[in-house]
Amino acid sequence: MTAPFTEFGYFSNGATLGLALVIGIAFGWFLERSGMGSARKLAGQFYLRDLTVFKVMFTAILTAMLGVFWLGWIGFVDISRIYLPETFLAPQLVGGLVFGAGFALGGLCPGTSCVSAATGRIDGLFVVFGMFAGVLSMGLLFDKFSTFYDSTGRGAYTLPQLLHVSYGVVVFGIVIVAIAGFRGAEALERRSARRV
Amino acid sequence: MTAIDLPAAGALKSAAVPRVVRGYSNPYLAGIGLGLVLLAAFVLVGRGLGASGAFASAAATVSTVIAPDATHNNAYFARYLGVDGKPTVDWLVIELTGVIIGGLVSASLAGRLHATIERGPRITDRARLVFAFAGGAIMGVGAMLARGCTSGQALTGGALLSVGSWLFMIAAFAAAYAVAPFLKRAWL
Repeated sequence: MTAPFTEFGYFSNGATLGLALVIGIAFGWFLERSGMGSARKLAGQFYLRDLTVFKVMFTAILTAMLGVFWLGWIGFVDISRIYLPETFLAPQLVGGLVFGAGFALGGLCPGTSCVSAATGRIDGLFVVFGMFAGVLSMGLLFDKFSTFYDSTGRGAYTLPQLLHVSYGVVVFGIVIVAIAGFRGAEALERRSARRV
Repeated sequence: MTAIDLPAAGALKSAAVPRVVRGYSNPYLAGIGLGLVLLAAFVLVGRGLGASGAFASAAATVSTVIAPDATHNNAYFARYLGVDGKPTVDWLVIELTGVIIGGLVSASLAGRLHATIERGPRITDRARLVFAFAGGAIMGVGAMLARGCTSGQALTGGALLSVGSWLFMIAAFAAAYAVAPFLKRAWL
């Protein structure tokens, strides 16, 4: 095992922050290249006219998921030392529902709103302002719902644990579902192109 | 990566914004690029990408400037401050600064850097900006409750097979599709 590199002490704090900038630049580059800075393009996802969001997101998830799986398989990466977001079932379900409604209204998500604003779109800048106002308000009111926020915690909880199958089986299942999804996405776009 | 024209279906047919989405990369190639960036983050620094966490960090910083004591006693903001109660240089804030630079450079090289307001053909600029702000604020509430957004939960946690991340992703898209028919006027 040699990776994650920071976990094994190959990088100083300063180097890690430098990498944050480089990784961020690459992230922003690919978001902009794929058109994810455009609110109308993203909103097209919710009317089944333009499924770029689904295609980009799921190709990215598949790529990173398979990469981690294979690098773990050959013993290069210690998967247990990659930070896994903890599961809190109720707040993540409710948070997801609220988030999705805001996404459909604003047309951008937090990361893409920054790309949108950076590329000159005023609406993107307003999503950024709104996002900031939302997080700030929630933070100020944190006492009111901190019990809910910390409820139904499951710690680091993965799909293989939930489904009682091996990591590889879940990876394989997600690949199959994603490929079916890509085919469906292409068919939907052809259909809506004929209709318009 | 060279710009590859999307099929016609990729372009939203409407008149309000004359600029069409021509020239964006193939979504699958861009997705692989994005996935490799995420994989590099996992391998190099042992963590994934994020966006909403940087907003929380910024909110904690603003709050601590205005009301240092109240912020220090706030259980949510305190986690974004150092042990001394001062704002720390956060990994996610630097990463999101990078996202802004990367987006700016990419758009500038592709000739896509223009001041515009993107909106559906049937609403005013002012309505679009109100919706943008309101949508952002609602997302802020959701991302705060869920401990992350499309980047930190859906992409990062999704690739790491986190149950909560997949729950968030499914809930978010279900809600967006449920709400979208009521927002047709805003987009189509």
